[in-house]
Amino acid sequence: MREITESSIQEVTGKALIIRQDIIKMLGKAGSGHTGGSLSAADIVSCLYFWEMNIDPQKPRQEDRDRFVLSKGHAAPVLYAALAAKGYFPGEELERLRKLGSPLQGHPDMRKVPGVEASTGSLGQGISWAVGMALAGKMDSRDYRVYALLGDGEIEEGLVWEALMAAHHYRLDNLVAFLDHNGLQIDGPICEVMSPEPVADKFRAFGWQTLVIDGHDPRQIMEALAAARSTKGRPTAIIADTVKGKGCSFMENRAEWHGTTPNEEQVAQALAELIG
Amino acid sequence: MEKQATRDAYGKALVELGQKYDDVVVLDADLSKSTKTADFAKAFPQRFINAGIAEQNMIGMAAGLAAAGKVAFASSFAIFATGRAFEIVRNSLAYANLNVKVCATHAGLTVGEDGGSHQSVEDIAIMRSIPNLCVVVPADGISTRKAVEAVYKRPGPVYLRLGRPSVPVIYDEGMDFTIGKGIELRSGKDITIIACGIMTAKCLEAADVLKSDGIEVSVVDMHTIKPIDKELIVRKARETGAILTVEEHSVLGGLGSAVCEVVCEEYPVPVERMGIMDIFGQSGSPDELIQYYGLTVDKIVEKIHILIKKK
Repeated sequence: MREITESSIQEVTGKALIIRQDIIKMLGKAGSGHTGGSLSAADIVSCLYFWEMNIDPQKPRQEDRDRFVLSKGHAAPVLYAALAAKGYFPGEELERLRKLGSPLQGHPDMRKVPGVEASTGSLGQGISWAVGMALAGKMDSRDYRVYALLGDGEIEEGLVWEALMAAHHYRLDNLVAFLDHNGLQIDGPICEVMSPEPVADKFRAFGWQTLVIDGHDPRQIMEALAAARSTKGRPTAIIADTVKGKGCSFMENRAEWHGTTPNEEQVAQALAELIG
Repeated sequence: MEKQATRDAYGKALVELGQKYDDVVVLDADLSKSTKTADFAKAFPQRFINAGIAEQNMIGMAAGLAAAGKVAFASSFAIFATGRAFEIVRNSLAYANLNVKVCATHAGLTVGEDGGSHQSVEDIAIMRSIPNLCVVVPADGISTRKAVEAVYKRPGPVYLRLGRPSVPVIYDEGMDFTIGKGIELRSGKDITIIACGIMTAKCLEAADVLKSDGIEVSVVDMHTIKPIDKELIVRKARETGAILTVEEHSVLGGLGSAVCEVVCEEYPVPVERMGIMDIFGQSGSPDELIQYYGLTVDKIVEKIHILIKKK
């Protein structure tokens, strides 16, 4: 069992800052991509890669590794930044995000990037993969765990609920789904576009142990992960309340930053704010 | 004449495969009795996953299982496996180049009484257009069994198209099934029929009739639609000067189109396509439907008489 200590909290907080800085830099350079939803997920992803998951960047295909599936594949920058920080590939690669011939595709490609476990981007499919991976783990009596990260707009896809139903049916207690609950999708607030609320009630109704936390508080994220680990017989959903664009004042809670990237000036401002 | 449905052969082949290979897992979407995956479910309950009536999630879970090292066989009716789940097949299986075999039964008109909503006449066209995806349509029970093993051994995603009705067994156990290599069942000098799936046996019958009319017909079982056997098509075009394609599928985008693509570019000769003429099916017995939509031995014979004059 991983311990939650001041130093582990410091560690993931520090890595989350690096991840956010890299998100801003790579998206500024790329000139296209999804900024808001990458920033909102940074603390969750940092806790997974720098505290929770049993992974070794030197052995990215090791059979017993834990697996992370970025079901909201458009937030690829947060995943790429975490993988680079963890040492899966050199940080310079991030500068080639979305460029012709780069392994860092607009949405994650497992065939091109070490450490990417699933080719996602078409919403709803990642959670379905994660269920399959968790099933395989159960079948072979392996003790690896599977983590999926979903967007709160993403759960408007019907496939998500097929997958949630199956995860409960097959009692996949080796599966954890985070919901990056930032409340915004491309066309505006999720409640105005196609409300999936009340989200926690829906996950509970589908048989998942459901925890609601502040998705920017590392301690709460870690505690939720620990609770999931000690839960038997059913999967755990962690509804993480987050802020789209978290960390950059001019992006926070603004739907227009879903698929927009910062210009040079905005990059400088964002980085200054992040460093504080 | 011995008969067997290709779906029945599939069910038996899966059990054999399960005995030989530990990494085989099978998924179904509440149709296991019809697709015959129920045989595998009974033999290997731990390696069978029922997705319920959720074809999209069946394919998505198959992707996850394959990503975790399994060879996943996912079955449903062709209409749902390739239609309902299309985009999951495209993005989760083919784009990621995963070891999942989409094995769909009840393809084509011979679904029968369930009617047009359940008769997939466009699945080959849809699957053939997806990069990385291999498309296999076996002609009888024996070649289906061989195909299942070949499909297992081929890394990457495959679409295997199977049928509901019993069809004549045209091969013996010694047949060689190699993905991408068509099989020349008859070698006649006058004209070539290229067929796939359950139409292959009818083409052999037609060849017998034509022989008594003095026409010597080549018959090719083009069991792999993709990658298609270009070499064989070009050779038959050169040797016989005209080709008839016959399939239980729309004439748009299926075997006929695949053959035309090769012939046009490599060795132009007259080609006629027999199949379903860009229309939906309807309720009826499989035999009645084959009759109504003009896929009978008589129609094949008629078509050959017309085509041979175009040479």
